[in-house]
Parts: sequence; structure tokens; C-alpha cells
Amino acid sequence: MKNISLAFALLAGAAMVSTAQAQQVNILSGGGAYQESQQKAYFKPFEKATGIKVVEDEYNFELAKIKSEVDSGAVKTDVFDLDAPTTLQACAEGIIEKVDYAKLGLDKSKFIGADRFDCGVPTIIYGYVFAFDTTKLKPAPTKMADVFDLKTFPGKRALQKSPVANLEWALIADGVAREEVYKVLGTKEGVDRAFKKLDTIKSQVVWWEAGAQPPQLLADGQVVITSAWNGRIFNAIKKDNKPFKIIWDNQGLDWDVWAMPKGAKNRDAAMKFIAFASGAETQADQTNYISYGPANKDAIAKIKADILPDLPTAPENMKTAWEVDPSFWSDNGDELRERFSSWLAK
Amino acid sequence: MTSAAELTIDGVPLKQRLKRTELRQKLKALGLVLPLFIFIIFSFVMPIGTLLMNSFVDPGIRNLLPATVEALVEWDGKDLPPESAFAAFVADIKINQQNGTVPLLGKRLNYEISGIRSKIQNAAKKIEKLDQPPFKSAVIAMEPMLANTSTWVIIQRGHSIFTPNYLLNALDLKLDEAGQVVAMPEDRAIYKSIYLRTLLISLTVTLATLVLGYPVAWLLANLPTRTANLLLIFVLLPFWTSLLVRTTAWFVLLQDNGAMNEFLIALGVTNEPLKLIFSRFGTIVAMTHIQLPFTLLPIYSVMKTISPSYMRAARSLGAGPTYAFVKVYMPQTLPGIAAGCLLTFILCLGYYITPALVGGPTDQMVSGVIADAMNRDLNWGKASALGAILLGATIILYLVYDRLVGIDNVKLG
Repeated sequence: MKNISLAFALLAGAAMVSTAQAQQVNILSGGGAYQESQQKAYFKPFEKATGIKVVEDEYNFELAKIKSEVDSGAVKTDVFDLDAPTTLQACAEGIIEKVDYAKLGLDKSKFIGADRFDCGVPTIIYGYVFAFDTTKLKPAPTKMADVFDLKTFPGKRALQKSPVANLEWALIADGVAREEVYKVLGTKEGVDRAFKKLDTIKSQVVWWEAGAQPPQLLADGQVVITSAWNGRIFNAIKKDNKPFKIIWDNQGLDWDVWAMPKGAKNRDAAMKFIAFASGAETQADQTNYISYGPANKDAIAKIKADILPDLPTAPENMKTAWEVDPSFWSDNGDELRERFSSWLAK
Repeated sequence: MTSAAELTIDGVPLKQRLKRTELRQKLKALGLVLPLFIFIIFSFVMPIGTLLMNSFVDPGIRNLLPATVEALVEWDGKDLPPESAFAAFVADIKINQQNGTVPLLGKRLNYEISGIRSKIQNAAKKIEKLDQPPFKSAVIAMEPMLANTSTWVIIQRGHSIFTPNYLLNALDLKLDEAGQVVAMPEDRAIYKSIYLRTLLISLTVTLATLVLGYPVAWLLANLPTRTANLLLIFVLLPFWTSLLVRTTAWFVLLQDNGAMNEFLIALGVTNEPLKLIFSRFGTIVAMTHIQLPFTLLPIYSVMKTISPSYMRAARSLGAGPTYAFVKVYMPQTLPGIAAGCLLTFILCLGYYITPALVGGPTDQMVSGVIADAMNRDLNWGKASALGAILLGATIILYLVYDRLVGIDNVKLG
């Protein structure tokens, strides 16, 4: 009899151990230097703090990937790192969960841009900026509008092959106030005006599509100035010692968020992870590995003084910043992209 | 002694017995191909069928606004719909609000009415609180877009689960308010030119691979095997190189101060660097590089089977080398040319990463647009329509090709 109960106790113990081991959270993120920074600042410390295993994978922010997982009922991922437009779309499709800040134990008002996303907790803020090669452009450009000044700053410039940010910049350079940009862009005249401004530099533009291209184009001397995501230029300056400089004037701010698909298998672990990765300390720590701004406002004070000036959310860089409006782009993106393509072909 | 049929040893007519054996043989053969057959049905025919359906079947509006589309059936489309339709609309929206499907409705309507997505979402929040008629005046006052007759025409059309919109849009056409097919405004008409561009680029690349590949194939076929194999490895190298490495290599060669331009400037051919990359030229060079083996190998394997005695015979009968080559040798390689060119052309239609990386602003091919509609916009109706038209065009071209070359003449080796 004794032996049997002992065996049961052992079995129960083994069962408990195995459930403890099964605790894990599957996270999908964008890969590259960005995911590396997440490993160092979030994944590893989270495993250490909670004992929950982080199983990570990479994807290309394909909405179809999330949809197919949720629709087929085979949800493998528990937490997604999503970009802003994908978040809005996925939320509209009803394939990711609405965020309940209270349940996560987070204070919504602490997160920059939280009001824009029903279904995601903002994690980083990156900047659409311009950058130039200091050895090629003399005098050096200082403001965004200089990109449109071919006389003082001659040479090829590179822009992303997408209307997003380009139309906003064109309007701002044409004298529209930052706060008014989306109002103006919402009218036919406003769109015409933006394209007319882009027309003035069109012949000198090289169009890039992948985020790795801008620093490459600058390094090869293919262009003298380029739009880019700030992190890519930062890497080229710090890691590859390139003579590049970022123009923070009129940077466009955009987000990545954490989101959970509907029907996540490890929902509790996923929520624990999001809460963990949204803390001020952990977010400040991430800036040690990549130059994106933490979405948690409290993190700013905890960032090292020598790192802060390179972040899009540094107070100095925020002075003339504007926010890319994901809602505007999901409303008008289709039409403007078509218009942009036909304008390119002309 | 005149029996009607010959009998086998167990008394069954021979004919019957033979039939039975044959049937068994046939079933056995069928059993062998059955797995492949089922595989093709499930992995090819069905998905493509669903895809083609998606391009003209879309019950989205009907599912989300069932009462409204019913109430709009009788509406003449001239003035705003009657109060009853608005009442149905309010009821539908309330259900959508409860189910959390308002964003889906907004997205669906936004395909046809640009900018309505967020407006519907905002209006829905207000409509939820409406519980007293008159609904019409209240809804109109809420959102100017809902005071447009055209918005209601679109909703009315949603009554049918069939929609011509996706296919029309993919051809730069649309339905106007009166239901007539009209051209897209010029600044939004992009797809026709993208299709033409796709065909043109594919055709150019096919020709380029043929012109470059044919002599090489001949050389390979006529060299001693050892040398030929070594050369073949060079031909196959682009096969084994990753797309990004290949593209980067072209970058180094073709950019403004790259090897090619520096060479040309040193020679004095040009003073300014030529636009070799981020242009149509760059796209075609990079694609030709990748496609060369696809055109070359079928030609090569057909050439290997051509006996040299034909050429010898032609020469000994007095034909000059060129004449013999053109009249005797080339016609025999035609099946290889046909196969190689068909293969390359059809593969070219599907390119999109290469044009995106080394092409200019006007080198986007149709597959890129389809991928965006699929992955980025989740607009599968649009993706399906674009795909259906590409498939249709390919089939037509194939039939023309069959007429010209004869598909029986295609030989892979």
C-alpha cells in the first residue's frame, strides 16, 4: 500500500514538473538587429525572472500569417511584434485581442500613442528621418525642407517607394503646418499639392524598398541624402563608422506594438511577457542595444545620457516631430498607393 | 458444334473474362496514380478554384448588412433611400457593433468608397445610442458620407453575392453610379500598364536568354564532355547563388560609381555614369542572368541528341556552313527552343523581388502587386482578380504559342 501511494506521489510530482516545464511563450518578431535587442532586453531577462521559456521566431509582418493561424484554429504564436498599419488591420479583422491595460497591470496614459491602438501595447517608436553623407554635402543640410532644395543641395536623393511619409513631408516642406497635414492630405487639392511638391525633385530621386537599402545607397555614393528608419542609419554610423548624419527636423514617428492573437495557447504567459516588456526599466535597457525610442514615457529618465540624443523620442529630437497616422493610412492607403504608382509611372 | 463464344476452362465466355482482367489492370493503374491525382486536386485545383471564385464572389456586404440590403432592393437609387432602409441600417449596425464586426464592414466598404472606413466606425458608435425614429435624419446628420446617394448605391449592390468590381478594377475600369462600366480616373489607372510592363519585361528577358544561351548551348553540346561539364557548372552558378547575393553583386557592378560605369568612363564611351541600376536595364540584366539556365538547358539537351551526320550530309551535298546550320541544324533544335522559351517566359511573369531591388520606379511587375494585396492589405478579392487576369492572359498566350510552335514540338531533352 505504502509503495503504491509513494508511486502516486512520484507520478503527481512528475506531472507537476512537466507542467512547469511546459510553461512557455511563443513570440514572433521582425528579426535582425531589432529582434537581437529584444532578446537581450526582454526575452532573456524574462526567462530569468519568471522561468517561462521564450520560444522566438521571425516573420515579415505579413498580416496573412496571423490570419491563417487564427482562422485555422492552430494558433502557434502567443505574442506578435506588429507595425502600426498591420495592427489596425488585424484589429479590424478581429484576429488579435483588444488590450486590457488594467489586466496587464499597466497604466495606459504612460504609453505614447496608446490611444491610437485598441489591440496593441506600443513598445518602440522609430523615426522616419533624413540622413546625409557629411563628406559629400557642403554646406550640410539642417532641415527636412532642404531635401527639396536642389539648388543649394544638388545630387541624387533616395526616398522610400511608398506614399507614406513622403506625402506628409512634401506638404510640410510646402508650408503646411504639421498639425494640419492629415487634414490637408484628406482633400483632393491637398494630395495634388503634395504630388506637385514631389514633382520638383522627382528626376533626382532613387526609390528604395528594403530598409537595408538607404545606408547602402549612401555608402555607395549613389545618393547624397536619403530617407531612412533612424535605427539603420545609427547602425551604419556606430558599427560601420560611416560619415553619416541624421536630420531630426520634422521626423515622422511610427510605432511597433505587442499584440496577442485570438485563441493564444499560452495567454497568461503572453500577458506576463507583455507586462514585463513594457516596464520602464526593461524598455530603457533596450536602448542599449538599438536606437529606437521606448514607448513607455517613464523609460526616458532611465536612459543613459550618451544614448539619449540618438533616440527619436529624445526631447531635443521631438521638437518638430509629427506622428504617422495609421488610421489615415488605413482609410486612404489603397487609393493613395494607386495614385502614387501611377504618378511614378508618368 | 458452333458455339456462340469461346469459353475458358471454367465456362465463362473468354470475352467477359478478358474484360474483367483488363478492368482489374485499369483499377491497379488508377490506384497508382490516385495519390497524385488527389494531391493535385487538393493542392492545385481547389486552391486555384477558390482563388478564382474570390475574384467575383464576395458576400461581405450582404453578410454584414443583411436587413439593409433587403430594405434597399426596391429603392430606385435616385434620392436617398426611405426611412425603412435607414431603420434597417441602424439595426444592422447595432448587431455589428455587438459582434465587433464594424471594422470589417468599414474595410469592405472602403474598397469602393475611399476614406469611409474610420467614418463608419465613428458613426457606428453614435448609431448604437439611437433608439428613437426618425433614423434617416439622425444618420444623415451624423456622417456626411452616409448622406451621399452613391454610398447607398454601393450598399444596394451588395445584395448580390457576385461582384464585378474586383475584376473591373484590375482592368482599370469601374461601375459608375448608374451601373455603367467606365474607365478609372487617370490618376488611379495603373493595372493595365503594369500588365503590359510584365509581359514586355518577360518577353525581353526571354529573347535575351535565347540570344545569349543558344550559342553557349551549341558550344556545350559540341565540346568534349569534360570541358562541357566544367562550362555547364558556370552556367548553373546563378542557380546555386542566393537571390540577395546575386542582387548585391549586380549592385557592385552596375551602380553609378560601380565597376561597369568606371570601365565605360575610362574607355571614354561616356562622360557621365549611365543609369545601369534602378532602371529597366538593371531589371532585365538581373532577370536574364537568373533565367539563362532555364532557357539554355532544354536547348542543350535537345542539341545533344542531334546526330552530327545530318550536318555532314548537308555539307557533303554542297550546302555552305551557314546554310546547312540554318536549314538543317536549327530546325532540329526548335523543340528545345520552344521548351526553354516557354519555361523562361512563364517563370518571368512571376518575378517581383528582383524588379523591386534593382529596378526603377516603373519596373514593378504584377506579382508584386498581387503579393501586396495578399499580405499587406488582406484584400484577397483584389489579389484574386489580378491573379485571374494574369492566368487568363498566360493561357491566351499559351494558346497562341501552341498555334505558332505546336505544343507537340516542345521537348525538354
